[in-house]
Amino acid sequence: MTWSVLEYHLVSYRRIWRSSVLSSFVLPLLTMLGFGVGVGAYVTGGVQGVPYLDWMVPGLIASTAMQVAIGDSSWPVFGGFEWQKIYFGQAAAPLRVADILDGHLLFVVFRTLTSCAAFLLIATAFGTMHSAWALATLPIAALVGLSVATPTFAYAAAVRSDSYLAILFRLGVIPMSLFSGVFFPVESLPAVFRWIAYALPLWHGVDLSRAATLGAAPSWSAAGHVVYLALWAGVGWLLALRRFRKRLVV
Amino acid sequence: MTLIHARGLVKRFEGFTAVDGIDVDVERGEAFGFLGPNGAGKSSTMRMIGCVSPPTGGVLRILDMDPLRDGPKIRARLGVCPQLDNLDLELTVRENLTTYARFFGIPRKVARRRADELLDFVQLTERADSKVEPLSGGMKRRLTIARALVNEPEIVLLDEPTTGLDPQARHLVWERLFRLKQQGVTLVLTTHYMDEAEQLCDRLVVMDGGKIVAEGSPRALIDEYSTREVVELRFNVESQDVFADKLAGVGERLEVLPDRILLYVADGDDAVAEVQRRALSPASVLVRRSSLEDVFLHLTGRTLVD
Ligand SMILES: Nc1ncnc2c1ncn2[C@@H]1O[C@H](COP(=O)(O)OP(=O)(O)OP(=O)(O)O)[C@@H](O)[C@H]1O
Ligand SMILES: [Mg+2]
Repeated sequence: MTWSVLEYHLVSYRRIWRSSVLSSFVLPLLTMLGFGVGVGAYVTGGVQGVPYLDWMVPGLIASTAMQVAIGDSSWPVFGGFEWQKIYFGQAAAPLRVADILDGHLLFVVFRTLTSCAAFLLIATAFGTMHSAWALATLPIAALVGLSVATPTFAYAAAVRSDSYLAILFRLGVIPMSLFSGVFFPVESLPAVFRWIAYALPLWHGVDLSRAATLGAAPSWSAAGHVVYLALWAGVGWLLALRRFRKRLVV
Repeated sequence: MTLIHARGLVKRFEGFTAVDGIDVDVERGEAFGFLGPNGAGKSSTMRMIGCVSPPTGGVLRILDMDPLRDGPKIRARLGVCPQLDNLDLELTVRENLTTYARFFGIPRKVARRRADELLDFVQLTERADSKVEPLSGGMKRRLTIARALVNEPEIVLLDEPTTGLDPQARHLVWERLFRLKQQGVTLVLTTHYMDEAEQLCDRLVVMDGGKIVAEGSPRALIDEYSTREVVELRFNVESQDVFADKLAGVGERLEVLPDRILLYVADGDDAVAEVQRRALSPASVLVRRSSLEDVFLHLTGRTLVD
């Protein structure tokens, strides 16, 4: 039954997949050119022994996972309750609330994976991958996606005005992309901010991705990263399920 | 066989009682209606029957199952047309049906075939591949009804199927619902419109303030709570009240509305003659048969559609 919900979202996506795929190639391409050639030229010494571009790209892949996942779980989920109300139609069918939630989450994972795969492809073409472990960035991206998508589902199901979603982007997504070790190591942050970066999910995904593409050990236990991201995903899922129940079973 | 069985059914929202202890039995093959004004508790009742809203109290059994325990199993055999359409506006008309069919575990091929049949049934075949967004209100409503039929349900729940439609669109919907009924599908519908209830329902309950105030076939309700005919009089004065006394005794009963007076009488022409004998000169006189609207007015002292 969960699959039928995923199928619905895929059918819905079919109308826009062309433009969507195009844009998932454009961002990485621009990044390669802008950062690699532009910024990279200023950071002549590289970072931690590798060229700046090679160091930054795995972080950007994880960051893309985060942005796609949150983008696809904020307005679409809010709209499912408030605008088109498609969730209410689904709730009248023999689906359980968990099927409705999981089917939509699977679609978000699908979107996260395809966007990151496009990024990985281009990044490889630019020769920034140092190890076959680079393929591991995909499951890492899926995990990062879930770790932020589930709490976003809960949040989008809880708020009653879409202006709260803009707040999420300004206070959550943008700071998280800037201060999670994507563009510079978190070690150069003041202690308070460093601990915030540790607490949020993205840095854990960035550190794992970087270890994978550079073929080096992560700066923290890999298992620890995975467990921590899974914890975000799991707690977020429970919160989302509770919120969905509150809206759909009244 | 009783498909829907409710005893003392209650629905409360944060202290507010929307459904206040109703008893309902719907038999297989019946067309059953809930008639009532805004806020009567019709939709709240329908949502409990549709197993998306747990009852606060009382007994509710659908298809001899418990909605709390067997929700998905019951919903698999229901068709639901909610008060507000929740179609996917971006998908095509056909995709709305095929994707919805998949929620019922219907194989893709069967879903496509059934979608075509249903589009034919609700006369939307020509729009099958157009998006839903630009469709008229009547077309969207018909599509919602088609979607409710995609699993070949035993019971179809229709919450105000024709509210907001123009007369032509309403008649088309009525005609299709009538066909369903002939095919033996059990229909449960809510409505504000007495003509709709009279057209479609074998049996209905009149709801007001969360309670059932009367129950029966449209004919029986009219016989019980109204007279055969009604005379509507309009006087060219600010307030119709002053004429109420002068009309005393003309009919069995009299209702004063802001813009007219209704006389409940056995024979309309006799009553009109009596009005003329009393030298009252209304600006307009209309004799008509009693309807459920009159039943409602009698039972609650209020008109149904304001
Ligand atoms: N989720 C809810 N929370 C709080 N109150 C509600 C909720 N749903 C319905 N109500 C209230 O319960 C009462 C009955 O509502 P309901 O929608 O069942 O009436 P209705 O007969 O369908 O009316 P209408 O003809 O306007 O559709 C109304 O006063 C409504 O405000
Ligand atoms: Mg209603």
